[in-house]
Amino acid sequence: MWNTVGIGLFAVMVFPIFWMVSTAFKPEDQVNSVTPTWFPGRPTLSHFGAALHKPFFWTDVKNSLIIVSVTVAVAMVLALLAAVALAKYRFSGRKFFIVLVIGIQMLPGVGLIIPLYVALARLHLTDSLTGVIVTYMTFVLPFSVWTLRGFVMGIPKDLEEAAMVDGSSRLGAFVRILLPLVAPGLVATSVFAFITSWNEYILARILLNAQGKQTITIWLSYFLGTSRNTDWGALMAASSLTAIPVVVFFLLVQRRIAFGLTAGAVKA
Amino acid sequence: MASAAETTPRWSRRRGAVWRRAGRGAVPYGLLLPVVAILGAILGYPIYSLVRLSLQHYTLFELIRHKGQYIGLHNFGLVLHDPIFWHTVLRTVIFTITNVGLTIGIGTLIALLLVRVSGWVRILITSGLVLVWAMPPVVAVQVWNWMTNYQNGVLNYILTELHVGNFFHHDWYATPFSQLSMVTTLIVWEGLPFIAITVYAALSQVPGELVEAAEIDGAPAWRVFFDVTMPIIRPVLLILTSLSILWDFGVFTQAYLLIGQPAIQPGNYLMAIYLFEEGYFKNDYGRGAAISILMLAMVATLSVVLVRKMVQAGDVD
Repeated sequence: MWNTVGIGLFAVMVFPIFWMVSTAFKPEDQVNSVTPTWFPGRPTLSHFGAALHKPFFWTDVKNSLIIVSVTVAVAMVLALLAAVALAKYRFSGRKFFIVLVIGIQMLPGVGLIIPLYVALARLHLTDSLTGVIVTYMTFVLPFSVWTLRGFVMGIPKDLEEAAMVDGSSRLGAFVRILLPLVAPGLVATSVFAFITSWNEYILARILLNAQGKQTITIWLSYFLGTSRNTDWGALMAASSLTAIPVVVFFLLVQRRIAFGLTAGAVKA
Repeated sequence: MASAAETTPRWSRRRGAVWRRAGRGAVPYGLLLPVVAILGAILGYPIYSLVRLSLQHYTLFELIRHKGQYIGLHNFGLVLHDPIFWHTVLRTVIFTITNVGLTIGIGTLIALLLVRVSGWVRILITSGLVLVWAMPPVVAVQVWNWMTNYQNGVLNYILTELHVGNFFHHDWYATPFSQLSMVTTLIVWEGLPFIAITVYAALSQVPGELVEAAEIDGAPAWRVFFDVTMPIIRPVLLILTSLSILWDFGVFTQAYLLIGQPAIQPGNYLMAIYLFEEGYFKNDYGRGAAISILMLAMVATLSVVLVRKMVQAGDVD
């Protein structure tokens, strides 16, 4: 009995995703008919072709990739240092910093769009990828510090102590013992930072107005346009393409991140 | 908070001793410096600038001249005397309560269902949930647009076929209420996986013997849930509820894009959209800053409780 309910739930939950992919492969007449065709009878790739040949698709994919990779690379190096400080040392001001890192994550990003826009407009950094990267640090850094701190804390202390007793320097212990152990956590955190930056909408929306300077998320949001005859097939193909990197990465690290986010909560 | 340090087990303190000795002095500060410097520049300065802007008359003209004009608390007066602001606050509160209630309620039910189904169905549902979780918001918005479109939305077809009513050419975005209801369906759909999977993890900590004992004693299912299960998963539910409140109160992307920019109007504003439209879109940065400060103040009050909880949880190392 419960199994039937469960399968029903599964069907309802994934239906929108199924419908997106199914539409993307359907020929035009099946997309536009009032009576839906559930599975694409004669699958076609023409919608993907149409989406890829829309103006600025590749430019905006490239912009997104640049923004995301620079953001993630810079954030990981800096956040790892801070995470080690918070997880492995006791010092005055530590608790204050932890409160700060958590507190920042609670604030809605939209609350800072006005001053960030004004500051970057004054510096002539609107319509520039650098400006966006800087603003993405506001949410990627605190999140990464917090998650990495959890992973660094999870490293068995005996291993570090053994390294210290062996006479390794602090830096040596860090590089030889800690870094390899924290690597999976680093990968998981980077992927999550990648996903949030790839999906980000509002900062990119206010900072990047010039065509050819936007991200793929903004590109997709403008796809609908104002015309009454939307090319739904191409829109669903473009949506699928935008979702693919996120879904792939997400499936890779989901388990680990869910743990990282909730470990504290469950422990309490 | 002091109690958290006192209850730290003795063995934990001893094991921390080596690193504590090694870390005496400047090392941790050196490690923190880059992050502190960057956050100071990209968060500290904007927050300072937010306060300054809120006290100035500052529009596109002042932005180009690089100079605002101080007008005291005039912007706050404008906002607080704007009936649209108060309607938006009320609408956002109702929107938040509805979304959080639905997400937490349905999410918990899914978690309870996950406990009861057989292994392969659990894997099936979990994979589905993870897939939904992974959907980028802007993609989800476009899928919703497609499923609910006026001409041949599949939702209209399914509901008509199920004899719920005649939804042929039904306009799902006719009124502010129906627009926001559609936003709610989207937000709840996107939010369910995180809640369901986390609550399910918490449920696995409930001792099976306790539940069995209660069932043998003849307690009805709802009593078993509220008297045995609930006390154990309460801390997790509390954190999830607070997080959801913060997220749903600040919703922008889904509402702005699903309702669609041309259809955005004071009658369907949420807080974040009000801020975007009045501050950014109308280039009235001073007033926008005042709105931001009021919104941040509301969120900060909400989150004090949550931050405390998380600091306590995080401090038990």
